[in-house]
Amino acid sequence: MAKQVIKVEHLEKYYQKDHILHDINFSIDQGEVVALLGPSGSGKSTLIRCLNGLEPYQNGTVTFNGDQVVPTEKNWQKLRQKIGMVFQSYDLFPNLTVLDNILLGPVKVQKQSRETAKAAAEKLLDQVGLREYENVYPRQLSGGQKQRIAIVRALALNPELMLFDEVTASLDPEMVRGVLNIISKLAQDSDMTMIVVTHEMNFAQQIADRVLFLEDGKILEQTKGDQFFKQPQTDRAKEFLESMDF
Amino acid sequence: MAHSGINVLFEGRNLIRLFGGLWTTVEIAAVALVLGLILGVILGVLRTFPNRLLRLVLRLYLEFFRIVPTVVLLFLFYYILPKQLGVNMPANQVATLVFALWTAAEMSDIVRGALISVPKHQRESGMAIGLNRLQLYRYVLIPQAVSLELPATINLVTRVIKTTSLLMLISVMDVINVGQQVVEANNQKYPTGVFWVYGIIFVMYFAIDYPLSWWAKRMDKKRLERANG
Repeated sequence: MAKQVIKVEHLEKYYQKDHILHDINFSIDQGEVVALLGPSGSGKSTLIRCLNGLEPYQNGTVTFNGDQVVPTEKNWQKLRQKIGMVFQSYDLFPNLTVLDNILLGPVKVQKQSRETAKAAAEKLLDQVGLREYENVYPRQLSGGQKQRIAIVRALALNPELMLFDEVTASLDPEMVRGVLNIISKLAQDSDMTMIVVTHEMNFAQQIADRVLFLEDGKILEQTKGDQFFKQPQTDRAKEFLESMDF
Repeated sequence: MAHSGINVLFEGRNLIRLFGGLWTTVEIAAVALVLGLILGVILGVLRTFPNRLLRLVLRLYLEFFRIVPTVVLLFLFYYILPKQLGVNMPANQVATLVFALWTAAEMSDIVRGALISVPKHQRESGMAIGLNRLQLYRYVLIPQAVSLELPATINLVTRVIKTTSLLMLISVMDVINVGQQVVEANNQKYPTGVFWVYGIIFVMYFAIDYPLSWWAKRMDKKRLERANG
C-alpha cells in the first residue's frame, strides 16, 4: 500500500462568523493527483491554503507524513519546505533575478550550497525550457513564463506534496497549455503527489486520479477521476460539469 | 561702491564664520539623519508586526513627535533634560538627539507605509518557500519597500535640513545664528548687510536641498516609468 502523505480530519474553518469549511475529511497517498473542483466561492482555495498554514483553521487536524501538525507558525514554516505551493498570481520576487528567485529557498531556508542548488535549479529550468532566462528579472517575462518559474521555485525545495491554486486562471489562453503540460509531466515523470485547484476541466480529467467536489465548504463527493467526468455521483456535480461546457 | 553691502561678507572672518556655522548645521543634520533613519527603519518594521501593544506604543511615539512642533521639542529637551532628569548635554547634542528622534518617528511611518503596500501575494509567496519572518523581511519585503519609500525619504531629509534653522533658538551656533551675529556686528558700517548675509544663507540651504529634491523627483519618475513600462 502506498504511503499516506496527507490526511485531513474534521477540518472546520470560520472567517469571523462565516462558516467557510465544514467537516472536511480526506487523505492522499504518495503519487496521487487530486483535483479540487467546485463552483467559485466553494472554499477550494481556502482549503488548499489551510494545508500549508497560510490560513488558520479552527477545528480538526492535518496529518503530514504520519505526524499530526501542531499548527504553530514555526511548524508550518518548516513544513512549507515539504509542501510546495504555486498561486494564481505568479508572484515572483521582482527585486531578484529568475535564478535568485529559485535559489532563495534552497540556499537561505535549506542552507544548501549555492553551487549545488544552482545545478539543481538549472536542471529544472531546462525541463521547463527557460534555462536561458536565468539572469533576467521577472518583469521581462510573460505571464506564462513567470508561472513556469514559480513552479520551478516551488520544486527547487524538493517538496513531497505540491499545491496548485488555480495556476492558470490569470494567464492568457495561449499560455495555459505550456503551464499545464509542465504539471502533467510532473505527475507522470516524477510521480509527485499533488492537489490541483483548477477550472480547466479537460486538464483535470487528464491528470486527476481522484476528484474532490466542493460546494459551500462541504465535500459533496470524492470520486475516481475517470469516473467523475463520465458519471458524477451527485446531481450537483453533473450540473456543474454541464455548466462548464464539459 | 565703497560701502556696497556685499562687502559685509568679506569683512574680517565673516565668510569663514558663516561657513563654520553651515558646517555645524550640516554636522547636526547628518548625524541626526543617520541615526534617525536607521532607528526609523527598525521602528517601521516593528510597526508591521501583529503585536498590538507594540504597535500602539510606536504609534504614540510617532504621533508625539509629529504633532508637537519642533521648536517645542527643542525647548522641552533643552530645558527639561538638565532640570528634571539631571542630564547635562551641550546644545549641539540636544539638537542632534531631538532631530534624530523626530526623523526616526517620521521615517517609521514611511517605512511602515511602504512595507504594507508590498502586495500581500509577495508575502505569501515568500512564506510558501519556507522563509521565516526575518528572511521574509530581509529578502522580499524590505528590498521592495525601499524603492517605494526612497522619494519620501529624501523629502524627509530635505525637511530635516531646512528645519535646522530653528537651532539658534537653543543657542546652537548654526549658520543662522552666526549670520545674525554678523549682521548685528556690522550693522553700522553695512546697513544693507542683512540682505547679503541672509542672501548667502539662502544660497547655502538651496545648494544643499535642491539637488536632493531634484533627485527625489527623478527617482519617483523612474519608478513610475518602470511600474508602467
